[in-house]
Amino acid sequence: MFQIADTTFHSRLFTGTGKFSSSALMEDALLASGSELVTVALKRVDVKNNDTDDILSHLKHTHINLLPNTSGVRNAREAIFAAQLAREALETNWIKLEIHPDPKYLMPDPIETLKATEELAKLGFIVLPYIHADPVLCKRLEDAGTSAVMPLGSPIGSNKGLKTIDFLEIIIDQSNVPVVVDAGIGSPSDAAKAMEIGADAVLVNTAIAVSTNPVQMAAAFKLAVEAGRMAFEAKLAKAVSHAVASSPLTSFLDE
Amino acid sequence: MNSFTNLFETYNWDETKQSIYAKTSDDVLKALSARKRTLEDFKALVSPAAAPYLEQMAQLSQQLTLKRFGKVIQMYVPLYLSNECNNICTYCGFSYDNKLRRKTLSPIEIMQEVAVIKDMGYDHVLLVTGEANQTVHVDYFKKVLELIRPHFAHISMEVQPLDLEDYQELTPYGLNTVLVYQETYHQDDYKKHHPKGKKSNFQYRLETPDRLGQAGIHKMGLGVLIGLEDWRTDSLFTALHLNYLEKKYWQSKYSLSFPRLRPFSGGLEPKVEMNDRELVQLICAYRIFNEEVELSISTRESPSFRNHIVKLGITSMSAGSKTNPGGYAVEPESLEQFEISDERSPTEIARVIQSQGYEPVWKDWDSCLT
Repeated sequence: MFQIADTTFHSRLFTGTGKFSSSALMEDALLASGSELVTVALKRVDVKNNDTDDILSHLKHTHINLLPNTSGVRNAREAIFAAQLAREALETNWIKLEIHPDPKYLMPDPIETLKATEELAKLGFIVLPYIHADPVLCKRLEDAGTSAVMPLGSPIGSNKGLKTIDFLEIIIDQSNVPVVVDAGIGSPSDAAKAMEIGADAVLVNTAIAVSTNPVQMAAAFKLAVEAGRMAFEAKLAKAVSHAVASSPLTSFLDE
Repeated sequence: MNSFTNLFETYNWDETKQSIYAKTSDDVLKALSARKRTLEDFKALVSPAAAPYLEQMAQLSQQLTLKRFGKVIQMYVPLYLSNECNNICTYCGFSYDNKLRRKTLSPIEIMQEVAVIKDMGYDHVLLVTGEANQTVHVDYFKKVLELIRPHFAHISMEVQPLDLEDYQELTPYGLNTVLVYQETYHQDDYKKHHPKGKKSNFQYRLETPDRLGQAGIHKMGLGVLIGLEDWRTDSLFTALHLNYLEKKYWQSKYSLSFPRLRPFSGGLEPKVEMNDRELVQLICAYRIFNEEVELSISTRESPSFRNHIVKLGITSMSAGSKTNPGGYAVEPESLEQFEISDERSPTEIARVIQSQGYEPVWKDWDSCLT
C-alpha cells in the first residue's frame, strides 16, 4: 500500500484509457489490471454529458479513481483552465498535468509545467505532472507543491522501456513525493524493472491497449508490478559479472 | 520572408522525378529497415521499385500506426458553406466558368445543417467554401465560427488561403485546423489548371502553411490532388513540405490527404491514373516515412477500398458527406462539388470500423483547447 496525497492505493499500476479498440474491452483490461487510478484525456470525453459518455460510463467502479489529464494543452494557462473544467465536470481535484507544446514527440514543457503546478497546487489541486526524467525539476516541483512526480521512462507511446534509468534512480533517491514512472513502458519486464529500482508506481497505457490481448496483458502487468515491488522490498542482491574471492585485498590484515 | 519557397526553388521537378524512378529494390529494402527514414528513403518507398514490397510495407505501416494512434479512427464530416467561386479550376465542380446556381448559407441555414450533422453523431466538422472574397470573407468566417463553436469540439476549415493577419484573427474564434492543398507542386501544370482568379498565384498558395505556422494554428493539412501530375513526384514534394514545416513550426500538428480526382458534371479526365494498389503504396509510404502524421481518407474512395484501408495506416475518416452547400437539410438536390463514392451513413461506417477491431472516435478535442 502507498499513498498519494490523502489517498491510499493497493495497486501500484496506474493505467490509461487511450488507443483501445472498444470501451468494453478497455473496461475488461482495466479490471484485469487491478488499477485504482485511471487517467482520462479531457479532450476525449464529453464532460458536458458525462453521464452518457462512452468512456466514463465504462469506468464506473468503486475501486477506480479518475485522473483527468490535460493532454492537448500547450501552456500553463490552458492547462489551468482545463484542470478547472475537469474538476467541475468530473468532481475530482486530481489532475495529471500534461503540457506538450510539441505534438510530434509529445515532449513535456518543463517551464510551463512548473508554472502550472505552482498555480494549481495553490488552487487546491492534487497535481501529478508528466515530466522529463529531470532530478532538479522534480525538486522544484516539490517546492511548488506537487503531490507526486511522473518522469518518463522513454518517449511516450514508444514502448522503449527505461531509457532514462540513471536519472530515474537519482529522482527516486532524492524524492519526498511518490515517483510514478510514466511513458515508454513497453513490457511487463520494464514495469518490474521500474519497481525494482524503487519507483512507487508506474503508468501503462499503449503496451496494454495495443497488444493482441489487452486483458491478458493487463493481468501480466499487474503481476510484474507486484513482483518488482516485492523484489525491491526484499532488497535485490547486487549483480556481479564474475565470481570474487571473499576478501582478496584486505585478507593480509588478518594474517 | 524566409519561407518554403526558398527550399522549393532548390529542387527541379524533372530531376526529382528521375531520381524517384531510378530507385532500386536495394533502396527499398534499405528504406524498410532504416531506423529513421529520410526523403531519399521516401523516394524509394513511392517508386515503382517498391511495388513488389507492398505487403511488407502494409504490415510495417499498420504496426507503426497502432503504436502511435492505437486501434481508433477519428470521425469528421464536411459542411459546405458556399459554392461561390471566382477561380477557374479545370477539375472542380464549383469553378467560376461552370454554370450552376451559386449559394452561400445564411446563419439560419447553417444551423439547419448543423442540426442534421449533430444528429449523425459528429463533434468534428470541416467547413468548406470556394473562393469569393467579396462575400465569403474573414468576417463571414468569424460569424460562422461564433455560431457553431458551441456545437462542436473541433472545427477545421478548408477555404481559400488567407493572410497571416486573417488567421491570427480567426484562431481566437475557435478555429483549430486549416487544410490547404497545393493541388500540384508542378508549377507549369498548376498554371494550366488555375488560369484565372486569386488561386492562380502558385507562390501565395505554397506559402500558406508558413502563414498558418506563424499564426500558431494547432493543426494543418497538406496534400495534392492526385490525377493532375505524376503522383510519385507530387507526393515527394508534399513530404518535403511536411519535413520543412515540422521542423520550423514544431508546435503544430500535421495531417495529409491524398484525394484522387473524382468525376463531376462537365469535368476533367485525370492526366495520370492512380490505381488502388498505388494508393495503398502511397499511404504506407507516408506512414513509414512519418510515424506521427495523421492520414485522412474521404468519401471520394469506394466502400470496399475504405473498408480495407482502416487497418493500413489511416487515422481519420469522413462518412455521410455532402459536397454541396445545404446538402444535409436546406437543398439536398443542389449540384455537388464532386460525386462521392461511398454513400454509407456514419452509423454504417462506424459498424465497419468496429468490425475491424477499431473504435470510431467522435470527440478528440475540446472547445476549451484553443
